[in-house]
Amino acid sequence: MDFAFSEEQEALRASARDYLADRFPLDRVVQLADSDAGWDPETWRELADMGWLDPELGALEHAVLAEETGFGLLPAPLFSTLALAGPLLDDELRSGVAAGERSATLASAGDVTASGDRLSGTRRLVPDLTSVTDVVVPTADGVFAVDLTAHPDVVVARSTMDRTRRLGELRLDNTPARRLDASLDTLTHVRRRSLAWASCEAVGVAQRALDLAADYTKTRQQFGRVIGTYQGVSHRVSNIFVSVQLGRSLAYWASWAVSEADAQQDIAVAAAKSAATEGAVFSCENAIQAHGGIGFTWEHVLHRFYKRAQWLEAFEGFGRVHRARIAAAVLDGADGEVAA
Amino acid sequence: MDFRDTPEEASFRTELREWLRSNLPDDWTERPPTVGRFDIDLSRAWSRKLYDAGYVGITWPKEYGGGGLPHTFQGIYLEETARIGAPDHIGGIGLGMAGPTIVAWGSDEQKKRYLAKLLSGEEVWCQGFSEPGSGSDLAGAKTRAELDGDEWVVNGQKVWSSWAHIADWCILVVRTDPEASKHAGLSYLLVDMHSPGVEVRPLKQITGDPEFNEIFFTDVRVPRDSMLGQPGEGWNVAMTTLLHERGTLGFALTAMLERAVLNLVRLARLPGPDGARPADDPVVRDRIAQQWIDLQALRFTNYRSLTALEKTGVPGPEGSVAKLHWSETNQRLTTLALSLEGLAAQLDGEGAIWDGYWQYQQLRSRGNTIEAGTSEILRNIIAERVVGLPRSR
Repeated sequence: MDFAFSEEQEALRASARDYLADRFPLDRVVQLADSDAGWDPETWRELADMGWLDPELGALEHAVLAEETGFGLLPAPLFSTLALAGPLLDDELRSGVAAGERSATLASAGDVTASGDRLSGTRRLVPDLTSVTDVVVPTADGVFAVDLTAHPDVVVARSTMDRTRRLGELRLDNTPARRLDASLDTLTHVRRRSLAWASCEAVGVAQRALDLAADYTKTRQQFGRVIGTYQGVSHRVSNIFVSVQLGRSLAYWASWAVSEADAQQDIAVAAAKSAATEGAVFSCENAIQAHGGIGFTWEHVLHRFYKRAQWLEAFEGFGRVHRARIAAAVLDGADGEVAA
Repeated sequence: MDFRDTPEEASFRTELREWLRSNLPDDWTERPPTVGRFDIDLSRAWSRKLYDAGYVGITWPKEYGGGGLPHTFQGIYLEETARIGAPDHIGGIGLGMAGPTIVAWGSDEQKKRYLAKLLSGEEVWCQGFSEPGSGSDLAGAKTRAELDGDEWVVNGQKVWSSWAHIADWCILVVRTDPEASKHAGLSYLLVDMHSPGVEVRPLKQITGDPEFNEIFFTDVRVPRDSMLGQPGEGWNVAMTTLLHERGTLGFALTAMLERAVLNLVRLARLPGPDGARPADDPVVRDRIAQQWIDLQALRFTNYRSLTALEKTGVPGPEGSVAKLHWSETNQRLTTLALSLEGLAAQLDGEGAIWDGYWQYQQLRSRGNTIEAGTSEILRNIIAERVVGLPRSR
């Protein structure tokens, strides 16, 4: 039993944290979030240069990147490219991604039909659709990729609460597409990868909420005392800490289970997604309360993290959807056989 | 990162499973869980069996009767015994608190005298820390010990002492120097509970059972050398006891919660008061799944803490959440279980489901957020020592 990341994985974490602190101070994140594009496309090349887009990275390396980019609230289509589209890409797209020239997302909700190599129909709620170069579209006839740089008119932007990860609508009308050799079974793997990623990212968001709450309650004074000395405030901060730790344990377990194709991987990602994303929302809400009025303003950065937490909670079903899967595994097995 | 058993761990687990199966009654797993009340004779006999098979003090040094194995083996022991619902060793306080403190602070003579009998269950220990005027505030202890020749003379009162009514020995925090500052005046005695002047009065809990006790000491004479550390070192010795309690507690708490979750699942599969199985009710399913998640969160947080302990020698900060999380989770779980029984939830004896197991568990769980550090104290500790907020007092 060993619950530690390797030295290489820890080095990746340290360099990610340094890079994000250096290149993405929170005022820049806010500026990008409020810009039309929602991000700086130059970022993509920097991520490629650091090896973050390398197709060889495994689920544990992704766990590290997810947590750190959640903590830094990096505006870039990293989640969409690596966790959603990644497992479905072919060699051409994969090497384009690794070189920092292509980026991708996955469009799965809605009816799309294929006729030869052309697609028609609408896919809704597509993450980062306005930021990526390609979109992967699974259909009953196989998995396709649409080059959005060649067909920009199929993209409709949708106003999204989390302005650092916007949702778009894909409107295909006899649009040329390229067939990928990925099988639809790979979507199960995508699901696991993306749930593990979302869990780790939520842990990073929650950790940032904790740090912001701790920093503020250590210095803010009321009635002649630092507010962190009041137990009504400090216990709220302790509750955030507890939530962060529990979510982190589950998120790492889930990432490990996915990386090893462990027998428990499906319930592990369900547990992690439910606990870590609800934990991130809980952490942000309590951090807002600990800040008082300033925490409720647009000016303060907290709502940016809060909205990312809510995005993650909403992704692939709120907690109860995942708990229903767990209930099936725990309650519907043979008598005496419980997934413990 | 790897959560699988090593080959050594796997064979330890297999052997333990076989041992449990062949030493527990054949129909053991079909029996309803026992209510939770303590059967001393059964527990003592079982403790001896465990000791003879080498399953007690798994991580303790070999020279004092332990197994000399890493903490993961203790974790496996607790997992396997929880899953099959095996009885507990009789000496919980001895194994978790007195023993490790004697290992850390005791003389060779003391270790030889106490440890083997503690492991075998021959001698049971209790803890004399809390007093009527100092529950969470240990350094406020007023029970006094004065030197008279070669003996300490102890006078005072302790409270909330689990198992004192069956204990042979007590780890006792006393004030030996009333002039010294609060912490510096304390010492740590090992007291024979059969000494003249020791009186134990059971405290009936809200379960109706006595588990905790008051202990009154009236001119109790304790040999001068029956002390851990030097006079005035009592606070440091007591901190060893409490740190050890919190350091290894995670596995025990995970095991207890796992047993509770398994029993909850078992209950949910029985027809409820309206004939329907609670396991088919979507609201119940959601809440049971949440309990299962809370269990896994405790398990893997404990693993993380243990990894930090083995790599750096100190448990990670995440370990501080274990007891807080467990206690509140266990309260939710037992309350949920009772709610599945309808009005039958009020029956607590004959005719009750499993003879009142959940009635006992639910009431007992209210103590979980009070004993061994109240949730309020634990939140203070997290805020101040882990997150680094300024002290509230």
